[in-house]
Amino acid sequence: MIVAEQKPLSEIKYLISPYKQILVLGCGTCMTVCGAGGEREVSFLSQALQLEQSMNSVSWQGFQEYTVKRQCSNEFLDVISDIVTTIDCILSVGCGAGVQTLARRFPDMPVLPGVNTSLLGMEQQPGIWDECCVACGECRLGDTAGICAYTRCAKGILNGPCAGNKNGKCEVNHDIDCAWVMIYKRLDRLGQLDKMRHYYSMRNFKVTPRQIGLIQKPDLAGESDG
Amino acid sequence: MAKSAFEEKLHSDKFLVTSEIGPPKGVDVSEMIHHIEILKDRVDAINVTDHQSSMMHFPSLGGCLLIKEHGGEPVLQMTGRDRNRLALQADLLLAYSRGIVNVLCLTGDSINSGDHKDAKPVFDLDSVQMLHMIRMLESGKDAGGNQLKGTPCFCSGASVHPEADFLEPQLIKFEKKVAAGAQFFQTQGVFNVTKLREFSEYASQFNVKVLAGIIVLASARMARYMNNNVPGIILPEEIIDEMETAEKGRGLTKGIEIAVRSIKLIKEEKLAHGIHIMAVGNEGVVPDILDQAGSGGVNQ
Ligand code: SF4
Repeated sequence: MIVAEQKPLSEIKYLISPYKQILVLGCGTCMTVCGAGGEREVSFLSQALQLEQSMNSVSWQGFQEYTVKRQCSNEFLDVISDIVTTIDCILSVGCGAGVQTLARRFPDMPVLPGVNTSLLGMEQQPGIWDECCVACGECRLGDTAGICAYTRCAKGILNGPCAGNKNGKCEVNHDIDCAWVMIYKRLDRLGQLDKMRHYYSMRNFKVTPRQIGLIQKPDLAGESDG
Repeated sequence: MAKSAFEEKLHSDKFLVTSEIGPPKGVDVSEMIHHIEILKDRVDAINVTDHQSSMMHFPSLGGCLLIKEHGGEPVLQMTGRDRNRLALQADLLLAYSRGIVNVLCLTGDSINSGDHKDAKPVFDLDSVQMLHMIRMLESGKDAGGNQLKGTPCFCSGASVHPEADFLEPQLIKFEKKVAAGAQFFQTQGVFNVTKLREFSEYASQFNVKVLAGIIVLASARMARYMNNNVPGIILPEEIIDEMETAEKGRGLTKGIEIAVRSIKLIKEEKLAHGIHIMAVGNEGVVPDILDQAGSGGVNQ
């Protein structure tokens, strides 16, 4: 899941300072689950900003609140098109994908981020998320016992542990388990230690912004044949 | 034909001695040159560290060029922390063109342990991949598969941690490095003889030379600090206790005594093909250690 944290109020105040009518827009999926930008957080945030408004002289005059089902899907943004005609800016507490979908969907409307999108995480305990995936597009979890070396090793090493782990902890942070010790233990447990012996070649870092489509592309070769 | 004097010695039965120098933070290289002068006729090769402990320094390649200028035999330490595959290859081409062919491939310490904690960590290649990249260059192609104009060749090595508390994954990686063409290994600092004995027995099945890492401790405080903070260093309590017994201001003498004892034992029991002395700022004592241990020197 995508995990984010709300930005400090001071930064949010600075971002919205030029505007009068503001829509605080939440997202019903990841941001709701991680508690950074769901309906509840939208309400807390606009209350906090209204309190500021009542205590200090600020430019903003009014807040509207809304939480769409998913900010990163165009189809779920239609519901706010009427509201958008009545405001000066959107303060989105959706993830980075949400903010950018809004910016593309409403070309004349400033869209500001109310959260810092932090990581793709798995829940360690309620409210605490461990980064576990960087969406690299080249998944090798089948070889590493379901533990991502690229994300969870502080150096993204693909071919086995560095010399820095001590008592199973990472040299970078002694509170964090060394990814390669975890991989080793789990491969051992699964009887798959031979997988650690494979050589993992240099990665393809795919620096161009990627695009993937779930809809099957038409078979052009087939078409021309026909 | 051997690519370097060091490689030639790797093929011999000689007990090998290497040491290392750390380049300065800044452009005053006088102390480094002094260390080169002290070491060059006493050891078979001198490693130059690559931004040691992730702290920005004069480059390893620059240090190797100075060693060459002063008639010594350099080992270029190369980490993947700060350079991607283009920059690493370019540095290797330059190194080769200047007669620097001994290369130690390391993944590198984390950025967090250094003095530029906010920098972007590169880690494009790990140590095993770096060794493979060297093999590609030696085949006349770059890592992208493009033809080179003029083909370099290197004598490449890597590191290994015989005292790691999870040893098996380290050994699996060691074997990957051997398969990737590492000819020599310089180990992390060794302090635990039992573990070194076990490792030595295991490593003897491979056709590579292992140089046991000898760290010269300078005080009990430093020992404790290194144990807690320096990646890859595991000091047994007995060693720290022994350092504690040193009189005030005599820590280095005690450290030298421990280093000499280890070297003698390694030679006597043939626990390694040589030693790699890391004096961590006290390079001046290396000849003294070698004298006391009755060891080393390019002519011995
Ligand atoms: S200690 Fe483990 S997790 Fe940390 S950088 Fe080294 S191999 Fe990666």
